[in-house]
Amino acid sequence: MNNQKLLEVQDLVIEFTTDKGKVRAVDGISFSLNNSETLGIVGESGCGKTVTALSLLKLIPSPPGKIIQGHILYQGKDIVSKSESAMRHFRGKEISMIFQEPMTSLNPVFTIGNQMIDVIRQHTHASKKEAKERAIKMLERIRIPNPERRIDEYPHQMSGGMRQRIMIAMALSCNPKILVADEPTTALDVTVQAQVMAQISELQKKFNTAVILVTHDLGVIAETCTNVLVMYCGKIVERADVSTLFESPRHPYTRGLLTSIPRIREKKLEKLPTIEGTVPDLLHLPVGCRYADRCERVRDHCRLEEPPLEKKDDKTEVACFYPY
Amino acid sequence: MQNLLEVKNLKKYFPVKSGFLRRVRHHLKAVDGVSFVIQKAKTLGLVGESGCGKTSLGRTILRLMEATAGEILFEGINIVHLSRKHMNKKRRDMQIIFQDPYGSLNPRMTICEIIREPLDTHNIGSKEEKSKRILDLLDVVHLRRNVLNRYPHEFSGGQRQRIGIARALALHPKFIVADEPVSALDVSVQSQVLNLISELQKKFGISFLFISHDLAVVQHISHDVAVMYLGKIVEKTSTENLYKNPKHPYTQSLLLAIPVADPKQKPQRIILEGDAPSSWAPPPGCPFHPRCPEAKEICREVIPELKNVGTAENEHWVSCHLY
Repeated sequence: MNNQKLLEVQDLVIEFTTDKGKVRAVDGISFSLNNSETLGIVGESGCGKTVTALSLLKLIPSPPGKIIQGHILYQGKDIVSKSESAMRHFRGKEISMIFQEPMTSLNPVFTIGNQMIDVIRQHTHASKKEAKERAIKMLERIRIPNPERRIDEYPHQMSGGMRQRIMIAMALSCNPKILVADEPTTALDVTVQAQVMAQISELQKKFNTAVILVTHDLGVIAETCTNVLVMYCGKIVERADVSTLFESPRHPYTRGLLTSIPRIREKKLEKLPTIEGTVPDLLHLPVGCRYADRCERVRDHCRLEEPPLEKKDDKTEVACFYPY
Repeated sequence: MQNLLEVKNLKKYFPVKSGFLRRVRHHLKAVDGVSFVIQKAKTLGLVGESGCGKTSLGRTILRLMEATAGEILFEGINIVHLSRKHMNKKRRDMQIIFQDPYGSLNPRMTICEIIREPLDTHNIGSKEEKSKRILDLLDVVHLRRNVLNRYPHEFSGGQRQRIGIARALALHPKFIVADEPVSALDVSVQSQVLNLISELQKKFGISFLFISHDLAVVQHISHDVAVMYLGKIVEKTSTENLYKNPKHPYTQSLLLAIPVADPKQKPQRIILEGDAPSSWAPPPGCPFHPRCPEAKEICREVIPELKNVGTAENEHWVSCHLY
């Protein structure tokens, strides 16, 4: 057992060029991932969580996006400098990804089977027949009824939940080490959501895959992840293991998020707790802490200097001068 | 207690055309015999998964779509057959807030024009009165007054939803259909908009039909809740009853399916197999039986009726053979 991390992101900065100027969607984040760990990245729209996820596979549309600084080390090797053709062999085999939209991430003009076989043959020396058998086995594993028949069907013949499960099957068909799941259940109904999450956990155990789960839903994080990163405006504001994060959140933003999620309560409240204000525009970021305008613990110091992500105790790292 | 809106056995069928000469072969029953009452200044939460007909129901009530059968009594008057002219007058009292704060505001109109449009359509007030009313409305939804000449794209999702709410309030409506008003918003903004809606209800005594797929959102805002499945209401009772003592297996599994933001609490989940069948080809018998963990022989054959299993004062309606 060596101590090398499976994935290590170091000081990553990703910039997008827009009509109105340059926007830093991800601004100097670092994190790492161990074998068979489940890491949750949580945050609201525009916080940079999806861009982070895409960057791990070098899927950032360029232009306008560009990794301008930092390293992404996969098993010690930097993938930022990898060529596009090298990435083609990398994606799906080493790191795989599933997306939010099960409707648009499958190609509507090819059958499910065709698309699954393509993936398998891209990365292995399997013959067409072998690949098809493997695809059918994968469909069986995710409990799609009549896999022999359904493999010849088109994406539109399947429901949203089924499509998402097929995406998962496809993503895991070549035994990748890491599965990046970007809001995998957001577009699905709650009852189907539960099925899909159960599926991911089950397959993760079976194949010993590490998972990076990007979501805005803290409930999903609580149920599936071991460690959590909370992102706000392109920065990591808090990092902790899941029970510490939910038991004693240190950053005021994490705390605000946890209290403001609509949840089923014993008694109806007169007024739901909220975080006042809105996320600042990435084009006009304030000096100092990016959360200062919405923060209930803000002091003068916060508006002058940006708090770095620091270890506050042995369990949590927080980017805040006055954490809870 | 005064009933503002009473819906009786409302049906909305969509014809499905196919084959030679595009003949009507089949009807898709989006709303299939729904009845409920909304009292003055109360909110009925309507919950269901995608495709269960909740949006069709909301739009049919406002006659944005014509009902196939049934009655919609608004202040005691059946509006289903009102002429266009009379219906337009009624629309002052009945407004809607849409889900998508991006699609529901015209990008070429300023905020001032958007909020003024209903006042212009219904010819209410002089020019000065309109301007004053618009400023008042901005105050009511907590937007700054200097936004008037800006365009929708300059605002965040939550702010746009406030603009949509201001537009719906412009005519002093008595009843508003809120169709998934917070689903497209970030969690931290969702609670802001929900609080605003409760506040408006208290201030102006408006009744709401609050449509959502999210039981957690509905609990906070509603006095009563109806759960819909494949075009039918399967459970209907007070909010307190529904969350404390859900009767229908579908409601129970819906409640348990919500991920809980507490890692210590291990989910005790009934994972439903399969997806909701479409209203295109509903199964025989109870529409929920193919996914129901407690389905019996009778469920496959007989459609259960919606019956009151509570008391006369504390009604609890459920359509399930278990009760």
